[in-house]
Amino acid sequence: MLSSTAECLFWLGRYTERAANIARGLGVASRMASLSASLGGDGAEWRALLIASGGEAAFSEKYPAITQEAVVDWLVRDEDNPSGIVTCFDAARRNGRAVRTALTVDMWSALNDSWNRLRKLDLSQIEGEALPEFLDWVRERVLLFNGAAHDTMLRGEAWRFVELGTALERADNSARLLDVRHGMLAVGETAEYAQWQAILASASAGRAYQWVYRDRLEPRRIAELLILRPELPRSLVACFGLVSEILEAIATEQGGRRGECHRMAGQLHATLRYARIEDIFAEGLHRFLTRKIETAAALGAAIEGFYIRA
Amino acid sequence: MAFDEMRDGELAAATYAEIEAWLARTPLERLRQKSAEAELLFRRLGITFAVYGEGGDPERLIPFDIIPRIIAASEWRALSAGLEQRVRALNAFLADVYNERRILKAGIIPQALVLENEAYQPHMVGFRPPGGIYTHISGIDMVRTGADDFFVLEDNCRTPSGVSYMLENREAMLRLFPRLCARHRLASVNRYPEHLLATLKSVAPERAGPNPNVVILTPGSFNSAYYEHCFLADEMGVEVVEGADLFVENDVVFMRTTAGPRRVDVIYRRIDDDFLDPECFRPDSLVGLPGVMRAYKAGNVTLANAPGAGIADDKAIYPYVPDMVRFYLEEEPRLANVPTYLCEREGDRAEVLANLEKLVVKLARGSGGYGMMIGPHADAQMRAEFARRIQDKPGDYIAQPTLALSTVPTLAEGGIAPRHVDLRPFILFGRQEITMVPGGLTRVALREGSLVVNSSQGGGTKDTWVLEEAPPQPAQAQSQGGG
Repeated sequence: MLSSTAECLFWLGRYTERAANIARGLGVASRMASLSASLGGDGAEWRALLIASGGEAAFSEKYPAITQEAVVDWLVRDEDNPSGIVTCFDAARRNGRAVRTALTVDMWSALNDSWNRLRKLDLSQIEGEALPEFLDWVRERVLLFNGAAHDTMLRGEAWRFVELGTALERADNSARLLDVRHGMLAVGETAEYAQWQAILASASAGRAYQWVYRDRLEPRRIAELLILRPELPRSLVACFGLVSEILEAIATEQGGRRGECHRMAGQLHATLRYARIEDIFAEGLHRFLTRKIETAAALGAAIEGFYIRA
Repeated sequence: MAFDEMRDGELAAATYAEIEAWLARTPLERLRQKSAEAELLFRRLGITFAVYGEGGDPERLIPFDIIPRIIAASEWRALSAGLEQRVRALNAFLADVYNERRILKAGIIPQALVLENEAYQPHMVGFRPPGGIYTHISGIDMVRTGADDFFVLEDNCRTPSGVSYMLENREAMLRLFPRLCARHRLASVNRYPEHLLATLKSVAPERAGPNPNVVILTPGSFNSAYYEHCFLADEMGVEVVEGADLFVENDVVFMRTTAGPRRVDVIYRRIDDDFLDPECFRPDSLVGLPGVMRAYKAGNVTLANAPGAGIADDKAIYPYVPDMVRFYLEEEPRLANVPTYLCEREGDRAEVLANLEKLVVKLARGSGGYGMMIGPHADAQMRAEFARRIQDKPGDYIAQPTLALSTVPTLAEGGIAPRHVDLRPFILFGRQEITMVPGGLTRVALREGSLVVNSSQGGGTKDTWVLEEAPPQPAQAQSQGGG
């Protein structure tokens, strides 16, 4: 496959996943904001979301304060935000269009119809009551895209690079999500039950927690679920396991051609697979997660270096 | 009155019988609904062409008219024989002007007109491309003014586009009107990509072996025909690449892949000569491939069409094509030219300036319907403007009589109405044979009375149906018809 095609497919996977992650995060934050208002909330949810989306610095150059309106504006429609929902859809479609023939008709339709709809929407109207409905729509469109990819794509290299982008983006998102709230999970901290629920909801893992632990929410278990449980598709170990698996599959198809990215992915997966939550808390959750976020970024760069920029 | 392909001529009654009956019994509402369905279909498939820098939606849809244009089997037979002859002559001309220059020495075409032409490519002098083929893909624009009066309006020997619309229009018709299609013996067009790939493979360098690596080189997604580049690549199962996907090492072209560099044997380039290789042509080109001309001349890669092929379709050379047919093939031309005045020639120029209100004036080196004037439709101010331009730069202009282009019924705003059409058949020139699928792209001027069919100027397209002759049938089987 052309390196440039692989690149577009990889970013197509990343941007669609990112759009859904932002939508999920916004949904949870706006729910939390309405809850915490009664508890005398201070906008901490919005700050957390902003940091998790990785755009805090660029945001504060443009907006005077972290308010609900400003964060929604930034994360939904601001064209200066490379991780906003509208810009993600735009970038996803641009990447998809550049490799139109590597996509199936169903994938392209899912992508193109979303973009066409978004283009005709009056974005300024997306606030207040209209926000949750819009966020649900975004998630549905990404689910449709993922479903179309899963159902119709040949299991060749094109499929693997889309999956690779999705898995890496998802891993990065889970790590950041947890990291911005590490304080709530620290030992001895008595955060609100609702905040713990919010962490799980941002990873669509509320129900999953109950299935795995069948018990009340506990911070250490929440961290364990999102980091170490292979059953949860958004956990770090599951995402990095998938990354490693895909890289191995590509290498096998290419007759065993491997590079640094294969070693890094294997190592990352192995350390997570054999890690214990006690040790992670002993090291410090924040330190641990920061290291994983950095390693994930380095892995992404190594993959691009090997397959795309070689 | 223009010749109407459904109403006039002896063959029309038979070829258009089913269409006429269909139009008579289908309510206008229903046709409009089908037309909307067609638009949705094209929009969903992403069949758009890009128009940048004019404001509005940059991804436009070329309007598709659901009423097909029909060509009888006998008409196509005559046309295709003429097209093959014309393309052979154009190719022979290219081989000649870049090598022996016999036609110039014989004084049939003025030497300066060729050698000093911008489209003449000095880099190609003395070089023979594989198989001696320059114009692997040509599109010859045909117009019709009467039952037997077909004319070549223009030759396209560089990178003619539109073939994807020919293919998609047929797909759309088969989806929207399966029964109407079934009532005709339609010559199929869907093997075009297969023929194109065979043509491109046939001119690969010999060392490439039986399965050469063919790619399509596109200027990128901002090009108006980008959709077509991807469509053809997909249909042929080859890669569509941009300059940045390729590199040249030791005069060999490689493409960058996830499995490392892979050698490229044939490049179907949809980039103009000027932008092809910054080492040879425009140094500021960002879409080309530095060194590709070196690789080409070393015989390591084949370019289709050959650089410099544009001299054959130059509008100033066009009047001489019938002479080329006689000179190289020693045959009489089967296809007629539209009489053309070269404003550069003094006699012609006087004639043109005296008759501006009757003529179409065109840039000798323009395309897409830009920079032209249709005399009968222009006002006095416009004509004065063109008179001045012609006197300023006579070499830049040619003029032709305004032809009454034939019309075909079209779904217009006020109902079904005749609209002017042209036809662009696509001719493939391979090492062993010349192939073409029956028909081509019919372009239609949607505005009432308009003669400009270019998509950038409000033109649309129609599906082109070449009817096959019914095979002789045993008498008993005839009751099977009806449908």
